[in-house]
Amino acid sequence: MALEKITEVVGRAVYVQGNDIDTDRIIPARFMKCVTFDGLGEFLFYDVRKDDDGNDKEHSLNDPRFSGASILISNANFGCGSSREHAPQALYRYGFRAVIAESFAEIFFGNCCGLGVPCAAASHDDIKKITDLIELNPEMEVHLDVVNAEIVAGDLTFSVDIPAAAREALTQGRWDPIAELQEAEAVIAERVSALGYLPG
Amino acid sequence: MGQNLFEKVWDAHAVRSLSNGQTQLLIGTHLIHEVTSPQAFGMLRDLGLKVRYPSRTFATVDHIVPTDQRVEPFSDPLADAMIKELAKNAEEFGVTYFDLGSGKQGVVHVVGPEQGITQPGSTIACGDSHTATHGAFGAIAFGIGTTQVRDVLATQTMSLGKLKVRRINVEGELKPGVYAKDVALHIINLLGANGGIGYAYEYGGSLFDSFSMEERMTVCNMSIEGGARCGYVNPDDKTFEYLKGRPYSPSEDKWDEAVLRWKSFASDSDCEYDDVVNISAEEIAPTVTWGVSPDQGFSIEGVIPNPKDEKDENARLSIREAIDYMKLEPGEPIKGTKIDVAFLGSCTNGRLSDFREVAKFLKGHKVAQGVKAIAVPGSQIVDTLARNEGLHEIFTEAGFEWRGAGCSMCLAMNPDKLVGDQLCASSSNRNFKGRQGSPTGRTVLMSPVMVAAAAVRGSISDAREVFSI
Repeated sequence: MALEKITEVVGRAVYVQGNDIDTDRIIPARFMKCVTFDGLGEFLFYDVRKDDDGNDKEHSLNDPRFSGASILISNANFGCGSSREHAPQALYRYGFRAVIAESFAEIFFGNCCGLGVPCAAASHDDIKKITDLIELNPEMEVHLDVVNAEIVAGDLTFSVDIPAAAREALTQGRWDPIAELQEAEAVIAERVSALGYLPG
Repeated sequence: MGQNLFEKVWDAHAVRSLSNGQTQLLIGTHLIHEVTSPQAFGMLRDLGLKVRYPSRTFATVDHIVPTDQRVEPFSDPLADAMIKELAKNAEEFGVTYFDLGSGKQGVVHVVGPEQGITQPGSTIACGDSHTATHGAFGAIAFGIGTTQVRDVLATQTMSLGKLKVRRINVEGELKPGVYAKDVALHIINLLGANGGIGYAYEYGGSLFDSFSMEERMTVCNMSIEGGARCGYVNPDDKTFEYLKGRPYSPSEDKWDEAVLRWKSFASDSDCEYDDVVNISAEEIAPTVTWGVSPDQGFSIEGVIPNPKDEKDENARLSIREAIDYMKLEPGEPIKGTKIDVAFLGSCTNGRLSDFREVAKFLKGHKVAQGVKAIAVPGSQIVDTLARNEGLHEIFTEAGFEWRGAGCSMCLAMNPDKLVGDQLCASSSNRNFKGRQGSPTGRTVLMSPVMVAAAAVRGSISDAREVFSI
């Protein structure tokens, strides 16, 4: 199964401000009662986007100026908390194809990479500059160059950090490792029989 | 040069290097539950794949199970669909399933050790970030996402980058009224909620040597709250004693050989660590959280911090956000804050020793008027053992509701939820905004005995005073 080589993500961006935005905030647990990930997108950030009656609250995702954005920008330790893939899946199904933040929680980062969603880490100052620009010009296209780990937005250009392993996997179309994992079947069978615990 | 346990277990399970630079790691033991597995089975069907080694995957149902009305069909149709899907997948793919009728159902991280599935020197994965719990046995246990659950089901391996190892030494003895939970909260407060990113935590020192297996599980469980993907304690005689005679433990004739093998995985005395942290057990106080991140905690004697005293802008904003959400006033003591709900249970503190310890003090006390107090055993076996000792009667006489086994109010995927801005004294592991089911619900994390003290007084209290410890 040939996977798409994710060398760039181009689209409009939206800023969801805050440090330590956890996976329960991204998708509250009560919306995870499902047997497929379909439909998770509509509950993205639900508790900060909607009031008790389900009406829109003030939130950048509810702002029509940013509707249709495909790049999410946030601050430090984005995606902390649970290992649940529901959080990256909700982002993906809402329409996001890349996340730019000051830093990412480890399991979340890996889960995004496995979906082909690049997570690019940028400095506090660069996040400030790009979000100021977007606020002034919501229509502006943001260009995330995954190959060169660089962002271009209007006159602004800055480099981002995408760890080498993730960059390699995304740009070479190997972000879903299943095919490569399966190749080792014979070696795995040998190793499993020698494990020494639980029946193999 | 010797090796630490993490390196030994990693080497024993590394299959090969992958093109992304990560390692293909063999996962000997795979645990699944109803929330993060159905989509993975769906992916297998889409790809036309089978579960490659079904005898190495074990399923149970915990997150969505009601703890009161436990007869199927559940009143919540979504929860009912999830439990049916798990049963269907387990049967179709040939996976062992500890269901509600088995008498062995429970929170997955309580069930694994209880069944002897969790063993030293093994690699364990589960689509749940509290999988680190199993590290208490000297296993390397990872919380994984659903796509990785698919990878483990299909190949018994996954792609992973090697972690660094931080040794956390805690020397000395805990003061009376201080528990393993306080040690976990203290470590997270000290090193930060993201201090462990990139690390596995090795917990050791005389305190961990003296800890029971259940106490070790409590601390390993909360490794992820400190950002560490896994945490472990080296296996010793207590580990082996705990495992002897359990259903999936090695049989009598293979026992000595297994123990020798297990011992060989323990960190060598001359091994190196990427980082070492030393903590004195005497410094640790009964600890509670005041904010919305598990590292926002302090001693029960603490006063709510004032954002104005904080020079760093990010830290100031975090404190402001936390105390606004928690509706707490800077400069006020946390002690005396009124509570609405008391929750005892979860994969952190829902084991027999937790209920035994609380029962010791709760006898003769009553839950304060207006407080809803629930005690939720971590598994059906914990429930049975507690009932055999009459513990449930001590709890119900005091005014706690004694429930059936499940994740309950640790996270709100079942009917146990906070309402409005209720404040909950909780023995669980996360105090995130909205974690306990109400978008404005408030959580204060603490040890089980401190939860009982809060329930009795109706406010956050020092258990040492309430129970004359």
